[in-house]
Amino acid sequence: MCGIVGLFAKTSEVEERLGEHLAAMLVQMSSRGPDSAGVAVYRDPAPSGSSKLTLYSANSHEHWGAVMDGLRDAFGGCDEPSVRASHAVFVVDTDAAAAESWVRENRSDLRVMSAGQVIEIYKETGLPEEFARAFSLEDFRGTHALGHTRMATESRVTTEGSHPFSTGFDLCLVHNGSLSNHNRLRENLRREGIEFQTENDTEVAAGYLAWRLREGASLEQALEGCLTDLDGFYTFAVGTADGFAVLRDPIACKPAVLAETDHWVAMSSEWRSIAVLPGAADARAWEPEPAVVYAWEKQAVG
Amino acid sequence: MSAAVETVELEVVDLETTSVRELNQRLHDLAGGAPGPRRFRILNPSGAHALACGLDADLEVEIDGHVGYYCAGMNKLAHVHVHGNASTGIAENLMSGRVVVDGNVSQSAGATGRGGLLVVRGNASSRCGISMKGIDIVVGGSVGHMSAFMAQKGCLVVCGDAGDALGDSIYEARLYVRGSVTGLGADCVEKEMRDEHVEQVRGLLQAAGIEADPAEFRRYGSARQLYNFKIDNAGAY
Repeated sequence: MCGIVGLFAKTSEVEERLGEHLAAMLVQMSSRGPDSAGVAVYRDPAPSGSSKLTLYSANSHEHWGAVMDGLRDAFGGCDEPSVRASHAVFVVDTDAAAAESWVRENRSDLRVMSAGQVIEIYKETGLPEEFARAFSLEDFRGTHALGHTRMATESRVTTEGSHPFSTGFDLCLVHNGSLSNHNRLRENLRREGIEFQTENDTEVAAGYLAWRLREGASLEQALEGCLTDLDGFYTFAVGTADGFAVLRDPIACKPAVLAETDHWVAMSSEWRSIAVLPGAADARAWEPEPAVVYAWEKQAVG
Repeated sequence: MSAAVETVELEVVDLETTSVRELNQRLHDLAGGAPGPRRFRILNPSGAHALACGLDADLEVEIDGHVGYYCAGMNKLAHVHVHGNASTGIAENLMSGRVVVDGNVSQSAGATGRGGLLVVRGNASSRCGISMKGIDIVVGGSVGHMSAFMAQKGCLVVCGDAGDALGDSIYEARLYVRGSVTGLGADCVEKEMRDEHVEQVRGLLQAAGIEADPAEFRRYGSARQLYNFKIDNAGAY
């Protein structure tokens, strides 16, 4: 099963309350995914020349200050991390690739959940409501966000196996469905230099998108490639620094609903999640067509 | 419920303060002609699942807003009117009565329905009327792919267009489409639109309260090559 939600703010009022809305949407999807929950929030861009990492530690007493000191020694500058439950966000005075490599080489016990300029990813096992509380989702301001509630089918219930998955800078993917050719595709993508951290099928789809984007495809082209190269069932929601996109497989077994007002664009597995948004009753609502890419982008993002 | 309720013609149920289970139990309690109101108005459905399903009474239920999965499923006799959109499986396995949706509906509308009438004023997405077994479905807009898959009995009337693989592996249901058909499924063919079929479409459009010229529809049905018993194959059975 699984539930997915996405929210794209068109006004500053919605940006201010993005986390509150996201949490409400996520909780509505509890029955579709009680195993784990996760969100990707696009907010507070790192200053030019620096980048942002979201790190996860399985150690509940992690000494994040030591990580900060290490990053400072390596790159000169690193702000105090913003810590939420098992995750911490660092803004480092280097590019995302260098910062991520440093963590992999020096702190292999930590997991890089996301890297880029604007993305932050948080995910954890347990019910969506507990997750929203533990990570204080209500506090988040931001431009857009994706969320996922997982009912596991293809791999274990772990923090790492939770969605969203990110395998490219500022890129993330949430997925409702299951892929059947992920093993072979993972091997092919590894040969192309795409790295995977789990045995999860969705991570392969995220890796596929990252590879296509790296090779010069637009987000729309990369998603259209999924229609020929991925075998299985899926409703995808993809987040980028500038916006988000939605794609359903050609058979479209997995549900999706889209809705738009002058203030926001929202997607969800079910209307229940959208009904909690302000003005939902008067929103334009429709079911996305199979095999059609729907995308929204922020204009003039700096 | 208080005794006073029995004299009130219209009962209003607000799902912000009443649970779906309480609502459905209230409606089920009226089965078999039990005393009580015959008209209900449901407020704030907010996409909740399984609203007004399993009814077995001559009730009129109006729902103000969008509903979730399997609304009005398995109903007998009741008239349910959704003033909004409906998600997966509206009027699934409908036995009799009538279900009207003012907006659009998601997948598998009227699936396996055995009788009654489903009216969708907007569009229906994929698999509309899948395995229908006697229900009549009238769609004011278009239907998605794989509609009337393995349809056995009843009529599907589509005033707009039909998606790919219409009527795949169809048995004896009748499909009437006014607009284009992206593609026909296995063993589904276009058939002659005789006077009796025009009259059938006219009657269904009238019952649905949808205006369209019945002469503009084309008829599709089974070529009967996939499922029927053939004497030449007797040895294989």
